[in-house]
Amino acid sequence: MNNSIRVNCTKKNLKLIRDFVIEYLNAFALSDIMTNQIVLAVDEICANLIIHANHENPDKYIHLAVQKQNGMLKFEITDNGLAFQRSKYKEPNIEDNIRQGKKGGVGIALVNRIMDKVEFESNGTQNVCVLYKKIK
Amino acid sequence: MKITQEIKDNTIIMTLDGELDASSSVILDEELSDPKIMSYSKILVDCAKLNYISSAGLGVFISHLQRFEDAQIKLIFYNMQDKVRNVFEILGLDLLMTIVSDYEEARTVSNE
Repeated sequence: MNNSIRVNCTKKNLKLIRDFVIEYLNAFALSDIMTNQIVLAVDEICANLIIHANHENPDKYIHLAVQKQNGMLKFEITDNGLAFQRSKYKEPNIEDNIRQGKKGGVGIALVNRIMDKVEFESNGTQNVCVLYKKIK
Repeated sequence: MKITQEIKDNTIIMTLDGELDASSSVILDEELSDPKIMSYSKILVDCAKLNYISSAGLGVFISHLQRFEDAQIKLIFYNMQDKVRNVFEILGLDLLMTIVSDYEEARTVSNE
């Protein structure tokens, strides 16, 4: 089974990433809702990396690798753009977003609520986001 | 993402077909930003063929909701697939937006 994919930083490639994750998850016979949640979490991280960390620069790439370890799915997403600063992240208040007509800012909240563990690491040039999800 | 609109008196029935992600949700934003939409009192969104929504798609609805409410335009979603509804529920949006089961119910709720 092919366990990794590399795409350049254009938003059109999000569909390729989702299709890759769906195909990988097929083997585990998860519910529709669970499959969709996992695909969504990976999509949200990749969208943030493509748009915010790499400014949709088609000369830049993101890499996604997935594996199953001890009943956990592990998604490792690597890029060389601007590092996500978790210390500056604030959980959104959806009712405030509605009042303010705000378009963005709810993606990471979805990821945090869906995944069992979310890690961000950076060594200055390379950033790695690791998502863990327990499956039976 | 393919969006089609059908006008019935004071109502727009908007059918979403495909996936709303960071790439495709721009089209939805353009449709909902069209000033003409403000002349209707009801927007019924048929989600039967909406197979996927990410935060970018949700964000488009979130960003227009207050404007529609202020203009007393009712925004009602119906025929939503369970996996898509689940995404609204994760953020509690099912409590802040009107999501009903089918067209009949959407019609009834829009006339209340």
